[in-house]
Amino acid sequence: MEVLLLLGSPLLGALTLWAFGARSWAPGLNVLFSAATFAAACALTARVIASGPMVLAREQFLVDPFNVFLVTLTAFVGLTTSIFSRPYMRVEAEHGRVSPGRLRLYHSMYQLFTATMLIALTTNNLGLLWVAMEAATLSTVLLVTLYRTPASLEAGWKYFILCGVGIAQALFGTMLLYFAAERVLGAEGVTALLWTHLDAVKGQLEPTVLSLAFVFLLVGYGTKVGLAPLHNWLPDAHAEGPTPISAVLSGLLLNVAIYAVVRCKVLVEGSLRSALPSQMMMGFGLLSVVLAAFFLWRQRDIKRLFAYSSIEHMGIITFAFGMGGPVANFAALLHMTVHSLTKSAIFFAVGHAAQKAGSQLIENIRGLVTISPTIGWGLMLGSLAILGMPPFGVFASEFLILTTAMKQQPWATPLLLLALGVAFAAIFGKVQPMVFGETPMRRLPHPPALLPVFVHLALVLMLGLYVPPYLAGWYRDAARLIGGP
Amino acid sequence: MSPLSFDLQLLNACAALLLLLSFSMLSQRRIVNLVNLLALQGALLCAATLLVAWRTGQGHLYLSAALTLALKVIGLPLLLHRLIRRLNVYWDAEPVINTSGTMLIGLLVVVFSFGLAQPISALASTATRSTLGIAIAVILLSFLTMITRRKAMSQVVAFLSMENGLFFGAMSATYGMPMVVELGVALDVLVAMLVLGVFFFQIREQFDSLDLHHLESLKEGE
Repeated sequence: MEVLLLLGSPLLGALTLWAFGARSWAPGLNVLFSAATFAAACALTARVIASGPMVLAREQFLVDPFNVFLVTLTAFVGLTTSIFSRPYMRVEAEHGRVSPGRLRLYHSMYQLFTATMLIALTTNNLGLLWVAMEAATLSTVLLVTLYRTPASLEAGWKYFILCGVGIAQALFGTMLLYFAAERVLGAEGVTALLWTHLDAVKGQLEPTVLSLAFVFLLVGYGTKVGLAPLHNWLPDAHAEGPTPISAVLSGLLLNVAIYAVVRCKVLVEGSLRSALPSQMMMGFGLLSVVLAAFFLWRQRDIKRLFAYSSIEHMGIITFAFGMGGPVANFAALLHMTVHSLTKSAIFFAVGHAAQKAGSQLIENIRGLVTISPTIGWGLMLGSLAILGMPPFGVFASEFLILTTAMKQQPWATPLLLLALGVAFAAIFGKVQPMVFGETPMRRLPHPPALLPVFVHLALVLMLGLYVPPYLAGWYRDAARLIGGP
Repeated sequence: MSPLSFDLQLLNACAALLLLLSFSMLSQRRIVNLVNLLALQGALLCAATLLVAWRTGQGHLYLSAALTLALKVIGLPLLLHRLIRRLNVYWDAEPVINTSGTMLIGLLVVVFSFGLAQPISALASTATRSTLGIAIAVILLSFLTMITRRKAMSQVVAFLSMENGLFFGAMSATYGMPMVVELGVALDVLVAMLVLGVFFFQIREQFDSLDLHHLESLKEGE
């Protein structure tokens, strides 16, 4: 019931907004549908707390501790982004960057995108997971090209073709998984792609086929996570699309892709009983962290800067899941949560800053604190949080990941520390003059409404100081589920 | 080993033709012909699916064959032909690597694919397992086509050919994927094509051309 509401609300929203998306009250409707989705997610969470994991609709859907908190997070950030997008897109329309027709497309696709992510998170069928991931790409391609500038078209094309090819690899991986499962679960093939059934028999799945399958799955979904060297589409798509879309792409879609990788890893690891999946994930993760940290230095566009920071954090999460074990998994799940809250808050602040300055180039944005203290402090606090300063939540999760790495993979610790240091210097060095530099511009008469930014940052701060017991309980359950060596 | 039955020989012939088609796509530079080759590839895939469906008596494969016929033999090629006419793109530019070089790389790709398919084929219980190597070769050759082309339209045709290869692979390894997944994938492919249609017009409106070298300004560190 709750799942029906959860998936039905954004789907209905997509249809309704396709019809009325250009009206003046459409942004409000967008918020309303997102709020309904969030309410459904809360109800689902309450149900899972009360009665434990469940499978629904002829086992096609699965809700367990691992995905329920991601569902809630996705619905929550979806809601706050829709609140942020209301004034933001109105200003964009006033500046003549988007026409009413494109606003209709924007609102409708925003809801559809939310729906595909929620389907990907809740489905029990690995085939449907693939279908939903591909649909998530398709629904956002036209959003990346919303402004129709040459650069945005290029970004959209790269996004489409690279993610399309990447995800085709994942389909082949899924096929191989099905092939291995069919030999164990019977030829009728009704249950052979259902994760719960696969999980039950993972010890009997053919290891050679599964190791091959995992290579394809990791490369395929890894393209969507933005793991180096498959990350080329990510900075472009984040920088050229409208800012609310950058926020949900970075804060939510990357999480969903990681979720897909981890679900597959659980199966493969159970079959192989070797460290191959772990090592591959650690390798890709570490490469992404290090590469992204050095690319941060060369960025001149503020949204590209934070897009590279997303690659870096996805690398950290992938590395942590690669290490496995209860502590690293716990830290990775926490990091997924705080990264998505912090990064979307930063994109909200950056969006307003770039809108006021009329440019996304770092050198053109100066003295935000004098123009508008809320934007300036929002960006500064957000940057400090994402760089892992205590007492924010990112510090807690990175600290856990680093200490676990010292115990389990000591060779990787210096590399991680180096990358984090480089990233700190790069981002702080660029953000500091943006916030406190000299500016010829005068103070804005009205402070912009940045409630979502501070709500997100407050949550991140809270998670740094205190993780509520039921949330910690979920993380622990999920971490046990994911397992590891 | 006893001589192969007639239908299996026919299936192997289909597979061999699919491989041949992939090579001709690799060298074909007229985009209209490229789309025709794609339609032919779809038709062969449909025929192969029908053969397997008849041989194994699996009902859902008939549906899958019908889907292939509707979408990949008729629907998408028609759509692509219309796009070509409306956008006036008939020839691809000089490929990134010259044709003979590409062909040589293609040969190596085929050898590699058969090597990759070996351990899986050995485990498969399907009668069609020997064609798995060809399926992987089709996927990788389409990939190669995509890398060596400059025009957006040829890259899309190669992308669809890759999808065909994936379906052929699914059929030879496991007699196809579950129905709900196949339907979902088909829906995704259809939507992808519609999105692309819109997208091409946007690109053309902006650059007056579908040549991808216009889309190379977003470089690192600029």
